[in-house]
Amino acid sequence: MKVLVPIKRVIDYNVKVRVKADNSNVDLANVKMAINPFCEIAVEEAVRLKEAGIATEVIAVSIGDKSCQEQLRTALALGADRAIQIETDEKLDALNIAKLLQKIVEEEQPQLVILGKQSIDSDNNQTGQMLAALTGMPQGTFASVVKVEGDKVNVTREVDSGLQTVSLNLPAIVTTDLRLNEPRYASLPNIMKAKRKPLVVKPAADFGVDLSPRSKLIKVVPPATRKAGIIVDGVDTLIEKLRNEAKVIS
Amino acid sequence: MASELMNERDIEFMLYEFFDSESLLKRERYQDHDRQTFNEVIATAKTIAEKYFLPIRQKLDTHQPTFDGKKVHLIPELKPAIDAVIASGLSSATADYETSGMQLPPIIASIATSYLTVAGGVGLGYNMLTTANANLLSAHGSKDLIEKWVKPMRAGRFMGTMAMTEPGSGSGLGDLITKATKAEDGSYRISGNKIYISGGDHDLSENIVHLVLARLTGAPKGIRGISLFVVPKFLLNDDGSIGDDNEVALSGLFHKMGGRAQTSTALSFGEKNGSVGYLVGEENQGLKYMFHMMNEARIMVGTSAAVIGIAGYLYSLDYAKNRPQGRLPSSKDPLSPMVNIIEHADVRRMLLAQKAYAEGAFSLVLYGTQLSDDEKTAASAKEKEHAHLLLDFLTPIIKTWPAEYGTKANDLAIQVLGGHGYINEHPVELFYRDNRLNAIHEGTTGIQSLDLLTRKVPMNKMAGYLATLAEINITIEQAKHYQRLTEFSQQLTAAVTCLKLTTEALLSAMTSNNIDLALANSVKYLELFGHVIVAWLWLKQGLVATKALENKPHQADENFYQGKLQTLQYFYRFELPQIALWSALLIQSDDSTYQMKAEWF
Ligand SMILES: Cc1cc2nc3c(=O)[nH]c(=O)nc-3n(C[C@H](O)[C@H](O)[C@H](O)COP(=O)(O)OP(=O)(O)OC[C@H]3O[C@@H](n4cnc5c(N)ncnc54)[C@H](O)[C@@H]3O)c2cc1C
Repeated sequence: MKVLVPIKRVIDYNVKVRVKADNSNVDLANVKMAINPFCEIAVEEAVRLKEAGIATEVIAVSIGDKSCQEQLRTALALGADRAIQIETDEKLDALNIAKLLQKIVEEEQPQLVILGKQSIDSDNNQTGQMLAALTGMPQGTFASVVKVEGDKVNVTREVDSGLQTVSLNLPAIVTTDLRLNEPRYASLPNIMKAKRKPLVVKPAADFGVDLSPRSKLIKVVPPATRKAGIIVDGVDTLIEKLRNEAKVIS
Repeated sequence: MASELMNERDIEFMLYEFFDSESLLKRERYQDHDRQTFNEVIATAKTIAEKYFLPIRQKLDTHQPTFDGKKVHLIPELKPAIDAVIASGLSSATADYETSGMQLPPIIASIATSYLTVAGGVGLGYNMLTTANANLLSAHGSKDLIEKWVKPMRAGRFMGTMAMTEPGSGSGLGDLITKATKAEDGSYRISGNKIYISGGDHDLSENIVHLVLARLTGAPKGIRGISLFVVPKFLLNDDGSIGDDNEVALSGLFHKMGGRAQTSTALSFGEKNGSVGYLVGEENQGLKYMFHMMNEARIMVGTSAAVIGIAGYLYSLDYAKNRPQGRLPSSKDPLSPMVNIIEHADVRRMLLAQKAYAEGAFSLVLYGTQLSDDEKTAASAKEKEHAHLLLDFLTPIIKTWPAEYGTKANDLAIQVLGGHGYINEHPVELFYRDNRLNAIHEGTTGIQSLDLLTRKVPMNKMAGYLATLAEINITIEQAKHYQRLTEFSQQLTAAVTCLKLTTEALLSAMTSNNIDLALANSVKYLELFGHVIVAWLWLKQGLVATKALENKPHQADENFYQGKLQTLQYFYRFELPQIALWSALLIQSDDSTYQMKAEWF
């Protein structure tokens, strides 16, 4: 069984994000980048399926410029068998990403596609669902347990009311939630081995997909900074301020 | 976790701006690597540090190893942590591919290890000693010894120790009395007592391989009569399986101020029939082999001191940014909000001093680490020789300055936290206690200063000394072109002159008839030399920062570089001028300490 794992390069979750002075976007200059944490969980789940003898091959795919090869290499060091980079310098929105992935699904015919439920930079939570719609495959999103049994996969989902288990016919799409697993770290020998695993580059333009953007980024602003507090001289002043300045009591 | 374990921006600065570690990739040994492998190895070390060591850092300190008369007990969480390090490949990161290493450059491995060190990796002392032991045996042991003892140590099945110190012989190893006699089968029988042997007993491995210094019957007195032996806890059967007990008895554990995860043992060898020992190399050459290992160990000691200094600095910096207390002297309004203590200039003084000491020490140990690589893998024989010359000369300073000043930095970290620094809810008091060992083991500060002055300076017609001064001059010449650095390049020029005058005066005093007086203040000489070296490395850091600022970096980087330059200024205005006083005392062979009599105390 082949497992396809799409992964995204994002700002490392430890980094304090800065906004560009002209508010045009987030400042990525000299910023540490990493594999999106939810995608890392997806890689881990696929590798575990392989270690359990269920999956036979784990393929990592990423869409972006050359720099996303770094994250593909990380996925290879964590245990993926080979990698595909769909090369483009454009920042694509979720639908275009899903359309490109659809082409890869057609080419590779995986039984399972495991994606992160969302990326920590754009927080869209769309790609997995769109890919399911485009490919006509059943989807199990926000997975906290994934069990492959015969030609089905049982996915326990984290939903508002608790846990819901769905049984999907393979091939299927799964998106990962935080509690699905704890990703491993790469051992030194595996970091070295990753360099010898295959990584193919395919230009996005070759897929015959209309990549024109569906949405436009207008402005990025940092969250309002918290104002310094003051010490009031008594309860009366506090009530006065809560009523007239903060307007939280009447 | 309140603060970072290490400062990632500073690591990047040291690796790729200060040292150009990427250029190492051109060397054949490192051709399989790239910057990404370097970063991923460091990331793996960081993950293991945060996952396995940080959660038990305090427990390792509060739950010292115990001895029930039969066995040593360690907290159960330590073994999985050590096993994780072995399984990740980090403990053999720099070794050759053939011995299942990764052939990583030592500077990368050193930074990776630093994460483990500051996260409570004193427990890693077991691995480090094992690696040092295996390296020594690989270099000087016979094929048979390597096959039998090195292989299982590299595989993580056995662990190793260095057993030198005795109750009556610490700094002066020439007086050691552990006995060795040759047996009929060609092996030796060892008997005697050793103390402070780190990792001397535990249940982390199947066997423990002690490297023991002992004196053969009839061998010359002093250091010329010392031989080195492999003395295992258990003998091995012919098939390599664990055999008989070898009479290495644990007489007790020492209870230490810090570094508590590591057992410190008193061992008694061969009380009944003598422990079986196997000679390493040739008879009476033991100390030479041991020194081979000790130079490496000294860089490691300096590195651990520097990075624990950094850990305290980062922790107290984070604390100071978040602890509101008091108001500025200019603020008269009691209703105004309290300021965070970092707003107090005196708190910034303590933070600046820590940054100056710890990051200065860090640059020094990384410089030493890079030299230890260059002496083996640099492009030409000439470069190798040059690196060897510098490293051999600088080793006492690379070990001692970070040990002394890293601990000073930790002392200031406690002060920044005030009462909160004195209790164990914050790790700064632990950093201080852990770090305090570094000025003691692997040669005390006093012993290192004598080594510097009596051996290293005069050696090879002062070649190491002169080569060091030449390196400093290169930086001075480069710094002259930058207006912002003129103050410092001039001051460093003067400091070098002061160092030269002091050295000449001391060397001539040493040839006079009172060598005891000439060497009475040797520690001050080491401190003076250390200050000049660290001032030099700060100027080098300042050069990188000045050039980077010319390219108008973005705000976060600009802050980073301005911070480097301000610390450079602090070091040159508050620290470096002190050498004038030390130099004056040294040049006159001041006799205050020398003339003081025991009876007058
Ligand atoms: C935690 C810990 C771990 C250790 N691990 C090991 C280990 O694994 N294996 C091992 O073999 N040893 C180990 N040691 C021993 C350590 O190397 C010695 O403690 C150290 O060499 C100093 O020896 P000493 O304690 O006997 O002090 P001493 O030699 O008695 O020194 C006491 C003081 O006198 C000064 N002094 C001594 N001689 C001179 C001199 N000639 N000139 C000027 N001043 C002098 C010293 O600088 C020091 O200040 C360890 C020690 C500790 C505390």
